[in-house]
Amino acid sequence: MPSSLTRVLTGNRLETGDVLWWNGSDWSPHIADAVAIGDEGEALVARLVAEERINDPALIDVTGEPGAFVPTTTRERVRASGPSVRADLARGSLSTEVI
Amino acid sequence: MYRYDQYDQAIVDARVAEFKDQVARRLRNEITEDQFKPLRLMNGLYLQLHAYMLRVAIPYGTLSGTQMRMLAHIARKYDRDYGHFTTRQNIQYNWIKLEQFADLLDDLSKVEMHAFQTSGNCIRNISSDQFAGAAADEVADPRPYAELLRQWSTLHPEFSFLPRKFKIAVIASDTDRAAIQLHDIGLQLRKNDAGELGFRVYVGGGMGRTPIIGQVVRDWIPVGQFLSYSEAILRVYNRYGRRDNIYKARIKILVTELGIEEFTAQVEAEWALLEPLGLDAPQAEYDRIIAQFAPPEFDPAASDELDLSDPDFRLWVEQNVHAHKQPGYAIATISLKPRAGIPGDASSAQMDVIADLATRYAQDEIRVTHSQNLVLAHVRKSDLYAVWQALEAAELATPNLDLVTDIIACPGMDYCTLANARSIPIAQKIAAKFENDIAEQRDIGELKIKVSGCINGCGHHHAGHIGILGVDKKGEEAYQLLLGGSGAEDASLAKILGPGFDENGIVAAVDKLIAFYRTARAAPDERFLDTYRRLGPAPFKEAVYG
Repeated sequence: MPSSLTRVLTGNRLETGDVLWWNGSDWSPHIADAVAIGDEGEALVARLVAEERINDPALIDVTGEPGAFVPTTTRERVRASGPSVRADLARGSLSTEVI
Repeated sequence: MYRYDQYDQAIVDARVAEFKDQVARRLRNEITEDQFKPLRLMNGLYLQLHAYMLRVAIPYGTLSGTQMRMLAHIARKYDRDYGHFTTRQNIQYNWIKLEQFADLLDDLSKVEMHAFQTSGNCIRNISSDQFAGAAADEVADPRPYAELLRQWSTLHPEFSFLPRKFKIAVIASDTDRAAIQLHDIGLQLRKNDAGELGFRVYVGGGMGRTPIIGQVVRDWIPVGQFLSYSEAILRVYNRYGRRDNIYKARIKILVTELGIEEFTAQVEAEWALLEPLGLDAPQAEYDRIIAQFAPPEFDPAASDELDLSDPDFRLWVEQNVHAHKQPGYAIATISLKPRAGIPGDASSAQMDVIADLATRYAQDEIRVTHSQNLVLAHVRKSDLYAVWQALEAAELATPNLDLVTDIIACPGMDYCTLANARSIPIAQKIAAKFENDIAEQRDIGELKIKVSGCINGCGHHHAGHIGILGVDKKGEEAYQLLLGGSGAEDASLAKILGPGFDENGIVAAVDKLIAFYRTARAAPDERFLDTYRRLGPAPFKEAVYG
């Protein structure tokens, strides 16, 4: 599968609204922990929707390798890194420079 | 300022209790997100890119020092130590946690504040003139009427599920500082030859996807009947406004499709039925509310003299201070557009400074402007220097009101799920070219640049002398350039000048526009907007694209 078509799973925690990434067994606040999601993605999203604990679960396209995934859209890069205008609030695992 | 009576507080307490229960049920998974989402939106709680965002209502943009201190407390305790003042005179917090929301609502209600009707298809927060009660040119303080509208529209059962959101603004001067012609209903309080008060009523204005300037539906409605007349307008809209297409659901589309004559006829027919029913507030209620907005006790002996020997203070006074109707007093605008800052943002420490200044020097009142600045409306001239020194120490004394660096920007894609592009970095890059040279800014003169990150237009790009609209171009941020808009009494809609730009391109284009304007203006005091209106778009287009 070309790296440009790699997908990862993201969503927001119900209780806090925090942006999260699926690391294969649990949720992480860092995209650096995200794992590539294969054909099981849609079923995983359907399960999460039914469980009602993660808001807006979605599979998004990324480039790069595990540990250094970068979302393909500006919107998702902002979600992963934090507001580009507040470096002090950056999440740390993805520099706001990539936005 | 208006203070809640037992009914106001009971309504807020009941609604807060109701929503706290809904939050608890959602956290326990007893209701689904699809069921919960419309409930949280009606209570001002969005899910944005990074977290929940809460929009707190600031009725007609007026706050007490106590309320501002609570907003600072909320920023510290529940958010990341800052808030964002919006173009609708509200405040937004960007990092709210649902699990802490019940405590937050309790804190807000302690100071007679809440967040309901700051979202959803209902009548939103009523906006007004930030100089209300202080402006020399007003016929009366417009806020008692805005307060009546607030009470009338709060949880109004008939208007809680309108075809789309509904925004009302009220002013009482010929100078429009609230963009009333760009609201669903715009109300201008006037006085007739007999000295009676009444409203000119505009309807069907708005920005967003289909920008339209409001039209006069009635040139005069006696002040005692404006609530029933507003209700008639809402009834016609609620009955005939389109619910099949979200993009055609605002009242401006209904007014356009019917034509102002037919729309007016329907409103008048509805009002003829409504008015005899006694829906308007009795005079005693008008009197009760007007009394709460009684002018503060001004000192008639207050000196009109001002020592301007400090050149930095003089700059601030010349740019950010306006004449007050009371001799010896002044209106001071606090710029929330500091060097390298984010338009409209204030830290909790800054909010505390402003609250303390309001309490000590400004009759304990603060106003929020739709340009994302704050105002101390009643300051003794003899206290202005002390106020300025305190603001300067808190990085709140930028002397740039209405200048090129006083840029409106929505949160854009740095925060907002609806945005197609970032707004704040564009505002910062444009401002960076001018912010180190205040003399150059003043030479350019009044220039209102407004940046929106999407077609919804929260950054008021259609009302910008220079408007910038962020769009998505095949997954990349791009920016359209518009010229010639105004949200003031000379309202006009900005028009697209030509092809769009990337981030650096739009900043360079604005630079070229300003350079051209400075060579083309007929006189040093001809505003950018007036030069554009005089010359038309062609030479500006040539300057950018030629």
